[in-house]
Amino acid sequence: MSAHKSPSKARAGAAGLAEKALHEEQPEVAEWQLRLYIAGQTAKSMAAFENLKRVCETHLAGRYSIEVVDLLVNPRLAAGDQILAVPTLVRKFPEPIRKIIGDLSNEERVLVGLDVRPRR
Amino acid sequence: MARPKKPAKTAPSEAPTLPKAPTGIQGLDEITGGGLPRGRPTLLCGSAGSGKTMVAAEFLVHGALQYDEPGVFMMFEESAEELAQNLKSLGVDLDKLQRQGKIAIDHVHIERSEIQETGEYDLEGLFIRLGHAIDSIAAKRVVLDTIEALFSGLPNHAVLRAELRRLFRWLKDRGVTAVITGERGETALTRYGLEEYVADCVILLDHRIVDQVSTRRLRVVKYRGTEHGTNEYPFLIGRDGISVLPITSLRLDHQASSERVSTGIDGLDDMLGGSGLYRGSSTLVSGAPGTGKSSVGASFVDAACRRGERALLFAYEESPSQVLRNMSSIGLDLEPWRRKGLLHIDASRPTLHGLEQHLVHMYDLVRDFKPSVVVVDPISNLTMDKEDRLLKPALMRLIDYLKQQGVTALFTSLTSDMASDVADSQVGVSSLMDTWILLSNVAANGERTRTLQVLKSRGMPHSHQVREFVMSDHGVDLVDVYLSGDRVLTGTARISQVAQEAAAGELRRRDHERRLKELANHRKAIDAQIAALNAQADERAGEVAFAIERERLTAEGVSSRSRSMAQSRDVPPPRPRPRAAPLRKGAK
Repeated sequence: MSAHKSPSKARAGAAGLAEKALHEEQPEVAEWQLRLYIAGQTAKSMAAFENLKRVCETHLAGRYSIEVVDLLVNPRLAAGDQILAVPTLVRKFPEPIRKIIGDLSNEERVLVGLDVRPRR
Repeated sequence: MARPKKPAKTAPSEAPTLPKAPTGIQGLDEITGGGLPRGRPTLLCGSAGSGKTMVAAEFLVHGALQYDEPGVFMMFEESAEELAQNLKSLGVDLDKLQRQGKIAIDHVHIERSEIQETGEYDLEGLFIRLGHAIDSIAAKRVVLDTIEALFSGLPNHAVLRAELRRLFRWLKDRGVTAVITGERGETALTRYGLEEYVADCVILLDHRIVDQVSTRRLRVVKYRGTEHGTNEYPFLIGRDGISVLPITSLRLDHQASSERVSTGIDGLDDMLGGSGLYRGSSTLVSGAPGTGKSSVGASFVDAACRRGERALLFAYEESPSQVLRNMSSIGLDLEPWRRKGLLHIDASRPTLHGLEQHLVHMYDLVRDFKPSVVVVDPISNLTMDKEDRLLKPALMRLIDYLKQQGVTALFTSLTSDMASDVADSQVGVSSLMDTWILLSNVAANGERTRTLQVLKSRGMPHSHQVREFVMSDHGVDLVDVYLSGDRVLTGTARISQVAQEAAAGELRRRDHERRLKELANHRKAIDAQIAALNAQADERAGEVAFAIERERLTAEGVSSRSRSMAQSRDVPPPRPRPRAAPLRKGAK
């Protein structure tokens, strides 16, 4: 994963990233369904994904699934979840839908945004 | 993913004449000299309810329908359904346009409460959405309504401003003609200073309330690289959408017809050179309350319908049924015309809307109904009092419009009872009119009499006399002027004078009859006398003839006797004597 951290926009890697995410998390009926919208493999996107994974592993281990949507590949999907800012993390489930924009660098705010009680 | 051909590249900005994208909005293209700057963003700012969305939507719809330029409508406030509904009221089927790929709609909705912000981000999502929408229909036009909503949705204004700057540059690079709407700010043109980013063309919309009547106004604040009208222009959202009314755009170039049309009042036609008004002219009928203005208007309408032409009556004081009832009381049955579709009565309270709004309503009706005759009853109701300043240019536009359509117009105007005010209050509009007919009440000898006079009538000889105007149960007419000595008599004075003269005439006639009869009798008497004298003469002649005969016979007898005596005595006959002597002798 860290291989993708280069600041240059690597569009080709986006699909790979998404696939990887889906394979890793085996979403049977995940308790937490998250979707991360990115636009190409930018530094911000990569940082967001890294940060998200870390938070999830820390607080929601085994209870989450992450879907990564690259809007450069699927621009249609931007309208569905009302995406403007990139990157945007959408909590699809549990409802209600919540959105967190930015590179998710502030863990506390991510937890507040996802409404996750931090695990001590 | 459908990705049709790329939109056209940016128009060359260094071109000597700026390429423009026509808005298709009545009047706006005239002010801007052809439309908005092609391939550049235009800022449309105004307070809430000033019609920003409407102008933007029309720009897009006209582009799609008339100029073959598909458009993207990205809205941040209204939902797609709301916009579709609003446009439906103007007769635009947004769904159909969407299905045909002429318009793409994207509703961007941000709920501040749903959003948390952590760390860096940009608005690439917005760019992607917009870019996708543009690509999907090869759009040439883009509307962002109102992008300022982002400021309340996204907390980080520094990022937002940087992204907006990038967005406008990006729009220019894509070569789309964009309209960005913005809320009017307290001190600046827009609340968040969008004018900083959009520098090419700025149009300001205003919604002002004057005397409780609202009027929308439009001004081109700035239009880089081209000339433009700088005035404030009233504009309206009418039945068919936006109309901007540039006061100066209309020229006096209508064709003057020499055809005449009847006013429906024979006497008035006679006064106007015997054949009525010119077709396409405008006439003002002014008068105090109750002088019969509406009746003149109704007669005019009736005459037009009688000729088989269409007539449009704007009634600002009565409902259609009231008009029909009241006019039938003077024998003008307008209902059949209405049923036939020749007559349309538009009744409303004009103060309900602003003057301009009303004008556009009138334009729309005239355009749709295509009447040959229009009656406005009365124009003084078009505005609250003491606002002639506004009424005049508005009327000027209306009159010019009607003239250009070749419509013969008749306006009634209410004046106060005071004689001096009649001229004063009408000076404003009377100069616009070709014919001015003044109705007035003359009060004398305990009664009022309606009179009519033609104050002016351009281009035709007209009577300068005051005529009496009568309404009977078979229409309106003018009574022939009744001159008695050097006075024009009206009302009861006329009637009594007529009666007096009739009585005098009758007397005279009888006197003449009597004298003729007398003469005839006299002649008969003389004839009888002549006959008697003739008889006498005949009798006398008979007597004379008889006496002569008798005397002749006697004389013959005497002479024959003396001859026989002479024969017997052989005496030569006596020398003949004068005949009378023997007769005289014989007679003795």
